[in-house]
Amino acid sequence: MRSVYVVSGGVSKFAKARPDKTFQAIVKEAYDYALADLGLVHPRFLEVVDGSVASYFSDHFSRQLMAAIMVQDYLGLCPKPGHRVEGGGATGGICFQEAWKAVASGYMDVCLAYGFETMSHVATWKGNEFIALASDVSFDYPVGGFYSGYYAMMVTRHMKEFGTMPEQMAHVSVKNHMNAYHNPYAQKRQRLTIQDVRDAPMVAWPLTRLDICVMSDGAAATILCSEEGLRKLETAGAQIPRPLVKVSGIGRGTDAMRMADRPHQSYEDFLRYNLLPSEDTAETRAYYKELWDKGFRYPGVHSFRAGRMGSKEAYKNAGIHDPLNELDFVELHDAYTSSEIQTYEDMGLCRYGEGGAFAAGGKAFMPGIDYGLDLPDEPSCPVNPSGGLIACGHPVGATGLMQAVFALWQVQQSIGKHFEDPALQVTDARRGAIHSHAGTGTYVTVSILEREEL
Amino acid sequence: MADKPVKKMEETFGGYILHNVPFPAELNEAALSALKEMGPILIEQPYSVTYLHSFGQDSPFFAGLANGHLLANRDSDSGYTYATPRGHDMYSGQETEWIEIPAEGTVHAFTVCHFGSEEFLPECPFVLAQISFPGVDTLFLSRLIGVDPDQASLDWIGMKVKGRFRRLSKFKPTDVYFYPV
Repeated sequence: MRSVYVVSGGVSKFAKARPDKTFQAIVKEAYDYALADLGLVHPRFLEVVDGSVASYFSDHFSRQLMAAIMVQDYLGLCPKPGHRVEGGGATGGICFQEAWKAVASGYMDVCLAYGFETMSHVATWKGNEFIALASDVSFDYPVGGFYSGYYAMMVTRHMKEFGTMPEQMAHVSVKNHMNAYHNPYAQKRQRLTIQDVRDAPMVAWPLTRLDICVMSDGAAATILCSEEGLRKLETAGAQIPRPLVKVSGIGRGTDAMRMADRPHQSYEDFLRYNLLPSEDTAETRAYYKELWDKGFRYPGVHSFRAGRMGSKEAYKNAGIHDPLNELDFVELHDAYTSSEIQTYEDMGLCRYGEGGAFAAGGKAFMPGIDYGLDLPDEPSCPVNPSGGLIACGHPVGATGLMQAVFALWQVQQSIGKHFEDPALQVTDARRGAIHSHAGTGTYVTVSILEREEL
Repeated sequence: MADKPVKKMEETFGGYILHNVPFPAELNEAALSALKEMGPILIEQPYSVTYLHSFGQDSPFFAGLANGHLLANRDSDSGYTYATPRGHDMYSGQETEWIEIPAEGTVHAFTVCHFGSEEFLPECPFVLAQISFPGVDTLFLSRLIGVDPDQASLDWIGMKVKGRFRRLSKFKPTDVYFYPV
């Protein structure tokens, strides 16, 4: 595998509705931004780009099959190679990794990854119906297909197993909305209290409207390249900042479509297949043994095995042994406050069962921002410094790429320039993880972006 | 936990049919250039389709529900049993066998949906629950009735429930639903 660099990115404005432009033109906003940040114009980029990977989740929302080729066409990338990928909520993360593969394999030197979703074309509750079609239409959808309901079921089990509290989940909402206050790309920039979150209209018990991300129209694009691609881009006039940002590892996991089918594994199988190296201590083994003795089974409906396996693979490839201390930040798929908590555990930022306390502890918060909360721990690994899906919005096919762009800017130390506000720049961010998640945990991608040491 | 009063009317489709929009009387250079400032035209496009969906190898499960029997699938060698039908075992790769299980189980996880997809909005609030059965390795998603949706409680997890079969089958998984014993 060759080294792969992320050199630029762009994100369109995410909004509840973008009727001002068609989806192609919204992607064009993100694409033009990514080019402009390199000091390139389209004709010069076209000389060196080898092809693209496109992502959008739902044909239903656009009511337009082959929408990706219409973007390729509108951007002026024809007749170069391209294809569309789809994997539910992880579509953007998969797109990023497919672009990585194109470059890592030697197939391309410069690859553009772009993605979008225009979810405003149907009414909100019809949109929920479309999204619920991403559950088994024979056995899940007809019972009352509703993703917020599915996630709420998972978290009731998490609460029962571990004593996780809705107020701990509300900490995630306060954090992410408050972070977004400093992110001009975000759809919802709000100062909230725990009480605001709990008092918001109940959607699916115990998740309120402020525990759940919103639907969006938006796009994102990013440019990946090899060492040869760097030379080609620079010959074409690109100004690529040093130090470079490298993709040091990717990982991906899967799990059964129906959460009802997820295994309830033994302690021994968990150790054999799912334990992270950072958890392989006598103390943590004893901690898990005690959970199993009390009836805990893995992954059940409370944990995302796909997220754990994606993390495990990505950490191995990137040489990460202690994620909490070796990652400077994480942009993860917080479609729900509860899934951010579940994902802390999958990614090994804390152990299974400790996610609620971790959420309310403070380690995942940004330093220097006043959240109006009394947090016992110092920030150590900010999670969703951008505001995440909950506050930025979740135009599905764009989301995973938006994370890649925000992560690139973090590692480039250019958040202040792009957000016109330095508050969300993680000081000396050297390495970060992006995490994209589908279904009730069916496909999960984890990719590590890090600064290349000179 | 009282909800805050809603201060916004719900946005809905439908309305008057519009047959023309304002447009410059004369298309001179200034008017052509000003077209870039024009707001977008939004039109409604209805779309409806009827699918002929087959339950395929899972069909006996629905036939079972229609006749008051709860069926499950089992790997004949390992005995691994699926409450939600599955034609092939995920571990052995072998075709599974049909068995009947008693419609008596336990609530493993649940939620009360106060909102839902458009199709289910009229049924809100309703309770979704993952049901576990003794000796069965996987769960079954169902509706739970006979509990007060306004009194949701974690105590519902672990509650013993029994299945009841609809007399007039709809050939949906909700042809069986559960209630507290």
